[in-house]
Amino acid sequence: MHHPVPVAALDVRGLRKQFDRPAVDGLDLTVRRGEFYGLLGPNGAGKTTTLRMVAGLLKPDAGSISVFGIDALTDPVEAKRITAWVSDEPMIYDKLTPYEYLEFVSGLWSIDAGEAEQRANDLIGWLGLAPHAHERCEGFSKGMRQKVALAGALVHDPMLIILDEPLTGLDAGSARQVKNVLRERVAAGGTVIMTTHILEVAERMADRIGVIAGGRLIAQGTLDELRIKAGKGDSSLEDTFLTLVAEQVQAA
Amino acid sequence: MLTAGKRHRTRVVVLAIAAFAVLMHFIALAVVGNFASIEPDTDRGTLVVITGCALLAWSLMMSQAMEQVTRAFYARSDLDLILSSPMASRRVFAVRIGAIAASTVMMAVLLAAPFINVLTWRGGARWLAAYGVVAAIGAVAAAMSVALTVALFRAIGPKRTRLAAQIVAAIVGATFVIGLQVAAILSYGTLSYFSFLKSEALVAYVPALQSFVWWPAHAVLGDLHALAAVVSMGALLLGAAIAVFSTRFGEHAMAAAGISDAGALQNPRQGFRRLSPRSTLRQKEWTLLARDPWLASQTLMQLLYLLPPGLMLWRAFGANSSDVVLLVPVLVMAAGQLAGGLAWLAISGEDAPDLVATAPVPASFIIRAKSEAVIGSVAVVFAPFVAAMALVSLRDAVMAAAGIVVSAVSATLIQLWFRTQARRKHFRRRQTSSRIATFAEAFSSIAWAATAGLAAAGHWQTAFTAITAVGILIGARAVSPKGP
Repeated sequence: MHHPVPVAALDVRGLRKQFDRPAVDGLDLTVRRGEFYGLLGPNGAGKTTTLRMVAGLLKPDAGSISVFGIDALTDPVEAKRITAWVSDEPMIYDKLTPYEYLEFVSGLWSIDAGEAEQRANDLIGWLGLAPHAHERCEGFSKGMRQKVALAGALVHDPMLIILDEPLTGLDAGSARQVKNVLRERVAAGGTVIMTTHILEVAERMADRIGVIAGGRLIAQGTLDELRIKAGKGDSSLEDTFLTLVAEQVQAA
Repeated sequence: MLTAGKRHRTRVVVLAIAAFAVLMHFIALAVVGNFASIEPDTDRGTLVVITGCALLAWSLMMSQAMEQVTRAFYARSDLDLILSSPMASRRVFAVRIGAIAASTVMMAVLLAAPFINVLTWRGGARWLAAYGVVAAIGAVAAAMSVALTVALFRAIGPKRTRLAAQIVAAIVGATFVIGLQVAAILSYGTLSYFSFLKSEALVAYVPALQSFVWWPAHAVLGDLHALAAVVSMGALLLGAAIAVFSTRFGEHAMAAAGISDAGALQNPRQGFRRLSPRSTLRQKEWTLLARDPWLASQTLMQLLYLLPPGLMLWRAFGANSSDVVLLVPVLVMAAGQLAGGLAWLAISGEDAPDLVATAPVPASFIIRAKSEAVIGSVAVVFAPFVAAMALVSLRDAVMAAAGIVVSAVSATLIQLWFRTQARRKHFRRRQTSSRIATFAEAFSSIAWAATAGLAAAGHWQTAFTAITAVGILIGARAVSPKGP
């Protein structure tokens, strides 16, 4: 009996990007459908550069990027249609309200107005933005701005959600709301790739974790698989991560 | 080697400044060279013109000083440090008011220097007294701007003062010029305010020669008693402003720092609109433009400058006046300037660049939609003027419309070629982020204005100005930064 090969949510092969020095150096990465993938690495490891290339914000020097089987370099518009990007610095419009912002995003992604409005109202409710839905964003705190940005990323119902340090600067309540919404997306079949420096979050939320250092993927797997690779037994992700990075530094 | 490079750059900058200073002196020679022989005991007509020029300088200095005072109130950069330091904040703010006056005076002196130097060279050292008058006018402008801003604070509170002060500064800067132009148009049908200042009708109404009103004019002409009075008055007013307002300055700065940043509530709309991605982008740009208070004040100022041409159109209507052709370059120039500002906001001042760049639409599509939003806004502002012009002269209206479109498109293209990534709130910095873009935009507007004006007047020289305008665009494109 023939089983079709499942298409990965993200398949990156031989990805390279050089600025003053190589930022991403022949990276191979595969993220499965419906998984929560945590991408870890020290500062300057190439995490953000990698994800910006996947999101279509940077052009790679070499390599290939496939999003649900779509070649993101030759057909970026179709790849973008099913992808969402949230950066650590929420970029929203101060003079628009959250409701207007979501309407704008829905229009850009050509989502049916009725369907988009329903999703927007749901997201505004889930993220606790309802009391401020018709207030201009100019006075919002970092946490509220991040929630508006996240709602914008989810309103077009993307299959792949890429988040770069989305919890930076959020208070405990806001961080929990964001994590809950992301968990629900994965439970509903969505795929999430998230970079974070908060290792506890990766430990608790990620199905699999990838560790990048020096622009390359140095380890990948579940937490247990990473522990075995690092030879750390029952140790925490923090110990495992530091051991893996230290090994890479020594090898380099 | 590094030092050599720095030295070379310094030499280039010094040479450029020297060349500019020489050029300004030549211009000054052409403008005021023939007036150097005017004696202190001159007629009232001459005193009216000198006083008018002094008032013009005062209105511009006042506008500049008000902007600085507002910035000092609302910029939080060093406020925490000042207020938490053991130094008396009253003293710090006294120095700050003095610094505002000094920078206002410095700027005015720099602008006036070529004219005063030429007058001194041609008419003798007595003209040096004009420097004192400029300094006194600057001091008065700084004192009045502090008083006016504090009065606004007390009248409408810190939250509204920021916008109100910006609008008042813009209006104060424009009112005197525009007022004179309006008076000139109503009296003589021309855009020149000198024609009104020199008119017998005005001279007949002004005070006698001995009146204190003419002290600044007498002081400019070298009357040392008048100079002493004018300088003393300026120093007295500035000193009083520092003494009275330095304490309150600190209180108001603290009040400004403590205002709530809560965003305004918008009326909820029922349901999302069904818009295409292009309409969505255009709609977003228009909404952001409409809700931008600083931009609103700038646009208001542009519209204020269009008031005299509008008035001229109204007077020309029915009279079949050939003066209407004078409006063509005015409108074309204004359209280029407005389009440049709007294009910067739409293209460079994108507050969510990642969102727009990750949208499933080609980059060219986004640029086209944003450019359409800019040209559409310019069209809305200028269409009534072109329509009114068509009622007087269809040919001139066609020339004006063509000039407005070409000038606006050129300014938009220049902003596109020199685009940077910035926040909308950094709109002020657009003129310093790329000086080449700023000059290219200004010269392109001027060249297209001249082209449209000459074409409307039926002059064959229009070909030269059109070629110059196209040359400016080609040059700007050639030196613009190229993508990676």
